[in-house]
Amino acid sequence: MTAMAEPEVGRARVRKEDERLITGRTRWTDNIALPGLVHMAFLRSPTAHARITAIDTSAAKEMPGVIAVYTGDDLDPGGEVGMPNAWPITPDQKTPRRPMLAQGTVNFAGEAVAVVIARSAAEAEDALAEIDVDYDDLPVVLGVDDAVADGAPLVHEDMGTNTSAEWIFDSAEAGSGGDVQQAISSSEVVVTRRFRQQRLVPAFMEPRSVVVDPTAPQLTMWSATQVPHILKTMVAMTLGLPEHQVRVIAPDVGGGFGGKLAVTPEECAAVVVAQKLGKPVKWTESRSETMVSAHHGRDQMQDITISASRDGTITGLKVDLLADMGAYLGIVGGGVPVLGAFMFNAIYKIPAYRFSCTTVFTNTTLTDAYRGAGRPEATFAIERIMDELAAELGMDPMELREKNWIKHDEFPYTTVSTLTYDSGNYEAATAKAMQLFDYDGLRREQRERRERGDRVQLGIGISTFTEMCGLAPSRVLGSLDYGAGGWEHAAIRMLPTGKVEVVTGASPHGQGHETAWSQIVADQLGVGFDDIEILHGDTQSSHKGLDTYGSRSLTVGGIAVVKAAEKVIAKARKVAAHLMEASEDDLEFADGKFTVRGTDTSTAIQDVALAVFAAHDLPEGVEPTLDSEAVFDPENFSFPHGTHLCATEVDTETGRVRLRSYVCVDDIGKVINPLIVEGQMHGGLAQGVAQALFEEAVYDEFGTLTSGTFADYLVPSTMDLPSFTTDRTETAATSNPLGVKGVGEAGTIASTPAVVNAVVDAVRHHGVDDIEMPLSPMRVWRAVHKGDAAAGGPGAEAGGGLGSIDSAHGGAQ
Amino acid sequence: MIPAPFDYVAPSTVDEAVRALADAGEDAKVLAGGQSLLPVLRMRLAAPTTVVDLGKIGELKGVRDEGDAVVIGAMTTHYDVQRDPLVHDHALLLARATDTVADPQVRHRGTFGGSLAHADPAGDLLAPALALDAEMVVQGTGGRRTVSAAEFFQDFFTTSLAPEDILVEVRVPKHTGWSAHYEKFNRVAQAWSMVAVAATVRAEGGTIAEARIGLTNMASIPVRATAVEQALVGRSADAETIRAAAEHAAEGTSPTVDGNADVEYRQHLAKVLTGRAVESAMAG
Ligand SMILES: Cc1cc2nc3c(=O)[nH]c(=O)nc-3n(C[C@H](O)[C@H](O)[C@H](O)COP(=O)(O)OP(=O)(O)OC[C@H]3O[C@@H](n4cnc5c(N)ncnc54)[C@H](O)[C@@H]3O)c2cc1C
Repeated sequence: MTAMAEPEVGRARVRKEDERLITGRTRWTDNIALPGLVHMAFLRSPTAHARITAIDTSAAKEMPGVIAVYTGDDLDPGGEVGMPNAWPITPDQKTPRRPMLAQGTVNFAGEAVAVVIARSAAEAEDALAEIDVDYDDLPVVLGVDDAVADGAPLVHEDMGTNTSAEWIFDSAEAGSGGDVQQAISSSEVVVTRRFRQQRLVPAFMEPRSVVVDPTAPQLTMWSATQVPHILKTMVAMTLGLPEHQVRVIAPDVGGGFGGKLAVTPEECAAVVVAQKLGKPVKWTESRSETMVSAHHGRDQMQDITISASRDGTITGLKVDLLADMGAYLGIVGGGVPVLGAFMFNAIYKIPAYRFSCTTVFTNTTLTDAYRGAGRPEATFAIERIMDELAAELGMDPMELREKNWIKHDEFPYTTVSTLTYDSGNYEAATAKAMQLFDYDGLRREQRERRERGDRVQLGIGISTFTEMCGLAPSRVLGSLDYGAGGWEHAAIRMLPTGKVEVVTGASPHGQGHETAWSQIVADQLGVGFDDIEILHGDTQSSHKGLDTYGSRSLTVGGIAVVKAAEKVIAKARKVAAHLMEASEDDLEFADGKFTVRGTDTSTAIQDVALAVFAAHDLPEGVEPTLDSEAVFDPENFSFPHGTHLCATEVDTETGRVRLRSYVCVDDIGKVINPLIVEGQMHGGLAQGVAQALFEEAVYDEFGTLTSGTFADYLVPSTMDLPSFTTDRTETAATSNPLGVKGVGEAGTIASTPAVVNAVVDAVRHHGVDDIEMPLSPMRVWRAVHKGDAAAGGPGAEAGGGLGSIDSAHGGAQ
Repeated sequence: MIPAPFDYVAPSTVDEAVRALADAGEDAKVLAGGQSLLPVLRMRLAAPTTVVDLGKIGELKGVRDEGDAVVIGAMTTHYDVQRDPLVHDHALLLARATDTVADPQVRHRGTFGGSLAHADPAGDLLAPALALDAEMVVQGTGGRRTVSAAEFFQDFFTTSLAPEDILVEVRVPKHTGWSAHYEKFNRVAQAWSMVAVAATVRAEGGTIAEARIGLTNMASIPVRATAVEQALVGRSADAETIRAAAEHAAEGTSPTVDGNADVEYRQHLAKVLTGRAVESAMAG
């Protein structure tokens, strides 16, 4: 008897990736240097809406080092190329063409108008100042309310409207529930709120970068992208290139958060320019360019009504959204709020539900997926209004949730929005969280502080969330008119020496796939963790895939890896049986060895790999390979959930909010690597807290982004965050063989409402029942002192620091 | 985000630096730690033809004792100011304020002189310099002169330095044994002040013998809260006295408006934070 090896799955392994990343021993796209490489710089519109009446590039062309200067008409004389939108949410959705470089009009400040190609990046940037563009200003439309108002100026005049599409779900029509209007009008208690999901910037660490080498028949594009496979197909389709002559490589990528799942004008322009010049080209953006031209996230107005009976039983939920798309639709664009449609009902049994969403154009940078994509917005609204309903009913907010949530013994449960939640245990996660948090003790302290009239008030915020992740069953995407499937691909190559190469179609950009996939394969094949290499992100080695977003890598891509491993073992079993002269049925496979049952005769999978490589003695009809691939298309989403509890201290004299403690107990099913999970939770929580308290992309009345640097767009650091208490319960997903659910977005989705609920709870006795995000000290102070429930700040200008360096003062003197 | 081209000179004495500036004319810029200048250059908000780097001038670095004053070289980094024993003993307020500047990376490069010369009203070292009656030693083509803090700061990002002037050092009169506190209010940890209050006091028994209060970001230049000082001096340092004195903090201020704060809120903060600053200073 040999001892079973300790399973790899579940071990808190330090990530394989980290050494090269933190010692700078990797190559980002910007590090790629090719012989003859030339550099691109984009001239961007300073104005939000204007007709371009003339562009004079002649002086720029004379600048030192300049090779070429192109306008939109130079790159696309026919005006035919438009960036792809892969998710037309309705058949009559209006989808304006988004050119590589503006043609005719500019529709947001930051839109690229011309491109300079020069020997060096510095010379390219110097020449930008010499391009002369005449703009004829057009009226600017900002904010969804103004954009849909009668007589509003139009972003795209030829469309005749600023509305892109209207998408509706009604449980009465779907047959999944009752009529919401009826439910609301016959209910004892009705609570209505308008919540604003402010606009956010994804703020990935590595700016976007692209290199295109056109010198071989198969063109190669390196890009700091989350989606090399999608990019390859989309670039081919968008520019009319033969797909087999495009290779895309995503090397190590420094974060994305959805911000790098785009197919960008800059990437397409780089291809066209490289082909025109016959030279490799590079573009790497500055942070200032990211801020104005990479897509933003969120930006919705949410009108939400919930109805209930006096005992707290929810009777209906109605949601009307206005979603700001910016000037164009991104690749997923209008699909983001539609994803949220399925999540407003959250963990609750709601008998009647109606959701409508209008996607709207404004003269701003476009919005698209950002960590959570639609689900944070939905979770925020429902979890906020649950607290408001509790206050209205005079009920403890946790008791209200418990009364309405799906009980553990009611799973699988089909919700009013028609999803079937396979599993969950809200009771267990909540019980653990309440105990870790000391809910009763904090409530007591809250009472005491109120009674004392303490200048620092304590508040408790709850968020009992779920999310749908593991995007996605292809047939569900089909029913939503999404332009692709939701499967994922994996392949395993057994090398002659017994080492293993695993090819994955998921495309990591910071998550740690190489480590997690190695742990999975180590257990599946019984080979050493260090004997496994994960290949990804290059369409030449990883030829098939749908990339990484929507917490899909593990629940879809990881399962494809398992399926491929099962095929390797099935092939190896035949050969092993032959080698040991035993019947296949008598073989057991464990710890990397095939053993003839009841004997100590065994052969290791590595030995089988070598025998197959030699191919000297294989059973009749067996191909000499163990290599296998699999494509996994999930039957269902997975539904992680958790209970997040936040305690905040609010200084009522200044409005400053301090996070006193934060406890979350998440149920993400089976855990592959607890250390990676912890990292995902901490980062996710930080981003969710940031939406609640700090971050906001602000435009002034002219459509200029005033929060255009990190001095004004406030990303918190560890100094601004509490020490998080994270824990887990483990209810295995029944929809996949590993029982995993996904953790990439959980922290971001859950934490925002927990924080805002806590702040409102702290000052509710001052008559406050909402404060607009981000909860800046001024907004909180105003809410407390002016009884101003809406509590909006002046908002139009960013504050302090570098933002105060303006051209009028010339910065430093 | 690449600066426009410029000539770069790195002289090794102040005299050479002044000459280099004079030769280059109006379009020259002094480079100290670069923590404010480089963003300005990279965003092309300024495009000097010549940059004169002070980094190689040894005489501009360090802190020395000159009897009734502590003299701080303009090129002394925030990090070195924070840790300097002379500063601690005789100008504690400055050490406390420097502790709150930015993050460790910035504090290792940014300089005391650079902060004062940059004259960002949200910068944290201007109000302490004003409160401590610091004097700027300036060298230009006409030689050296001394300028009081009150004359030095003139407007947003504007000082009395002429284009060919170099801030050489700062003389801070000794405030030996004074307790001090810098109460900074910002949104995230490494950000500039929305409002901050620099308070240093000398107590005799339970009585406030002397008090100096400076306000950050309450006008285009740092502001001395003289009415608060007067309301404190000679009184016992009880909570009620401090609160009443702090009510004067917004007098004579004219703060700017931005997304973080309007005038009313900034003035409110100035009062609250002044009370807290004095209380903390008294508490040691
Ligand atoms: C991320 C970040 C956060 C920051 N946060 C804060 C903060 O919280 N509080 C705060 O107070 N500051 C903050 N700063 C600014 C920092 O303190 C700078 O170091 C300081 O403002 C400028 O000092 P410097 O030595 O870098 O000067 P530089 O940037 O080199 O120069 C600034 C200006 O002063 C001029 N100058 C510099 N030295 C002299 C001299 N000896 N004589 C004449 N002219 C001179 C230059 O020509 C230039 O115009 C921050 C900076 C950064 C990058």
